[in-house]
Amino acid sequence: MIELNQLTKRYGRFTAVAGIDLTIPKGELYGLLGPNGAGKTTTMRMIAGILQPTSGTVRIAGIDIQAQPLVAKAHLGFIPDRPFVYDKLTGAEFLRFVAGLYGQGGRLIERRIDELLELFELDAWKDELTEAYSHGMRQKLIISSALVHRPDVIVVDEPMVGLDPKSARLLKDLLREFVNRGGTVLMSTHTLEIAEAMCDRIAIVHGGRIAAEGTMDALRLQTSSGDVSLEELFLKLTGGLSERELSDLFES
Amino acid sequence: MIFSKAEPIGRPPGVLAILGPKWRTLRAGLRNQRSGAGARAVLLLLLGAGFWTAVFGLAYRVLRYIKGVEEIGPLLAGKMLAVALLAFAAILLLSNLVTALSTFFLAKDLDMLVAAPVDWVWLYLSKLGETLVHSSWMVVLMVVPILTAYGTVFDGGPLFPFVALAVLLPYFLLPTVIGSVATLMLVNVFPARRARDLLSLVALAAAGGLVLFLRVLRPEQLARPEGYRNLLEFMSTLSAPSHPLLPSEWASGALMNWLLHIADPLPILLLWSTAGAFIVIGASLHRRLYMPGFSKSQEGNNTGGARAAWQKRLGWSLGWLPVTRREFVLKDIRVFFRDATQWSQLILLAVLLIVYVFNISALPLYTGERVPYVIVTMVVFLNQGLGGFVLSAIAARFIFPSVSLEGRQLWLLRSSPLDLRAMLWSKYWVGTIPLLILALTIGVVTNRILQAPPFMMFMSIVTTVCYTLAVGAIALGMGVLYPQFETENAAQIPTSFGGLVFMMAAVSLLAVIIVVEAIPVSEQLRAWQTGEPASPPTSLLVAVASVFSICAVATVIPLRLGLRRLAALEA
Repeated sequence: MIELNQLTKRYGRFTAVAGIDLTIPKGELYGLLGPNGAGKTTTMRMIAGILQPTSGTVRIAGIDIQAQPLVAKAHLGFIPDRPFVYDKLTGAEFLRFVAGLYGQGGRLIERRIDELLELFELDAWKDELTEAYSHGMRQKLIISSALVHRPDVIVVDEPMVGLDPKSARLLKDLLREFVNRGGTVLMSTHTLEIAEAMCDRIAIVHGGRIAAEGTMDALRLQTSSGDVSLEELFLKLTGGLSERELSDLFES
Repeated sequence: MIFSKAEPIGRPPGVLAILGPKWRTLRAGLRNQRSGAGARAVLLLLLGAGFWTAVFGLAYRVLRYIKGVEEIGPLLAGKMLAVALLAFAAILLLSNLVTALSTFFLAKDLDMLVAAPVDWVWLYLSKLGETLVHSSWMVVLMVVPILTAYGTVFDGGPLFPFVALAVLLPYFLLPTVIGSVATLMLVNVFPARRARDLLSLVALAAAGGLVLFLRVLRPEQLARPEGYRNLLEFMSTLSAPSHPLLPSEWASGALMNWLLHIADPLPILLLWSTAGAFIVIGASLHRRLYMPGFSKSQEGNNTGGARAAWQKRLGWSLGWLPVTRREFVLKDIRVFFRDATQWSQLILLAVLLIVYVFNISALPLYTGERVPYVIVTMVVFLNQGLGGFVLSAIAARFIFPSVSLEGRQLWLLRSSPLDLRAMLWSKYWVGTIPLLILALTIGVVTNRILQAPPFMMFMSIVTTVCYTLAVGAIALGMGVLYPQFETENAAQIPTSFGGLVFMMAAVSLLAVIIVVEAIPVSEQLRAWQTGEPASPPTSLLVAVASVFSICAVATVIPLRLGLRRLAALEA
């Protein structure tokens, strides 16, 4: 469903993403982990068609996003890390507008909007301008907007930021159900427990490259780490602070 | 040692520490200018120099004349300065109202500053300084050439710039303090966003009123030598709104005292003591009311969910459009009319148009005699030029920023299967159709006032339609080529470099159209007026065809360039 082939992005002399190869099949929830600045968001924004790769290709549902952007994007739902929406539209108007961007409208969409707003407990705010929404409410609205047109693939950057525990749980269940029904999810997160609990496969990105990739067991094998947690694996691959360094911090 | 105990700080951060990041940001911005910055700087410098020379030249000429008026010359010059400073004070007050809301309550650095152990008085003074700079720089640009003219005509001497600085600093500070106090009060009553809407509305309505007021005083009488008989009457009308207790009166008094060598320190003492007292009052109010106000400013603008019925009807009436285009058009219209910072500009537009039509009707054309065709042609073409300029200014304000305003939502537009042509199409027509209606209304009304013959009326309408379609496309195309995605306030976008380039392109197109049409049209008009048999209108047809072609090219090329640039934009 998502295929990345030698995906590269350079900003001048700085290489943010350095030749990533990745295939995520139908019915899989894939996690992208990595320290800040590792190239996760750049990769996701290239997959969503927001950034143009310096080289390499992105295929969504077998369609090259650069060759046929409109067809490829029609299969995609993107949830960014920062929830910027139109302040002067109401929640329902925003969802109707997004559905319109995907060429969808009419009674079915109206029903879908009502369902999504109810699911995320935004129905009471349906006719309020989004400028009055909290950060979490905006995040929920954006998640709804990524689902309104019934995509096959969801690309989600830091999905849990700003969500209350109930909404976070709802989103986890929703993404799992989406995958069980044959959808594909690519998710980036810093919350390692979430990645460990939710993802079928995980890639750890470091310096714009995939440092390790696979299921939890495969990752342990690759790094010869034995039965350790994802956190320890992550720190081993990306370089964390040693105990001595930490104790130095507390010295006055 | 990150976790070691912090050394107690000697003193809390002061004004310089608080404003330091702003200064460094400005410096870094100037240092990291992209390619073409040199040409941009030269262009801005030339424009600035041209503007200053024009203002200085005009002020110098008027002052030279006034100084020569026996006995009352210096008095009249003082009155003129008082009126000018009063008008500037009104502009400053309005500008400070809106700016203070941003700097004191909506700025991005406030969360950090309010959470930090920053003494309230330093926060107040630094934000006051920021408000002063942001709201006053444009007026400073206007005042400098005017005061230079005063200094030159009245031999102010080498110390005059320092005197002017000493006078102007409290003069600029007073509206800043008053504006920030008014904002403080308002925010304690309304949520900040609602307060911003109210303020922009009040500010624009008042600015519009001010422009109208100054226009109906008919200052053009000053330019007519025979009008100077009524100068005293005119000056008394102008001085009517002034009052001895107004700071503008003190400022003009202090400056004229220096220029006329009158030893009276009272005006400057009044200015400084009042400014000092106002700052103290403002600070004490800030101490009591700022935190409750800031807390309230974090609240949203609950509008109660009532959506106007006309918006629903608009949705139905656009039902014939494909769904993507319909939703885009609806979104653009909704966002425009719900954002007071955008639609309130219509007030200024209305004032601009009233002033324009008033100017046309004030032309001394029809005094009972038959008007020579040359005059009619010239005036109608002049009207075409001025009308075109007004249209360009409107396009700069409403069409040019339309793509920039999508900046924060670009992630959504780029990640969806939106055909970028549909987006440009929506923005082009949503902007151009109202512009076209307006253009035709201005054209027909002013040509009727000018009693233009039907032939000229027809030519004017054809030209207006072609020009409006082209200017809408240029505005949109330039808006994509010079986007301002980081700007939150739509009103600031047209004043960017791209806005300037657009205005120059639009005015150049207008000039080309007028040049192409001028000779064949005036030939036809002469033949028509003198009753001579009209020569075959080949040259006229060629001219019209040329205008069509030029406008078609000016419509298609910017849209194509815009589309290509839009496709390459990264969010």
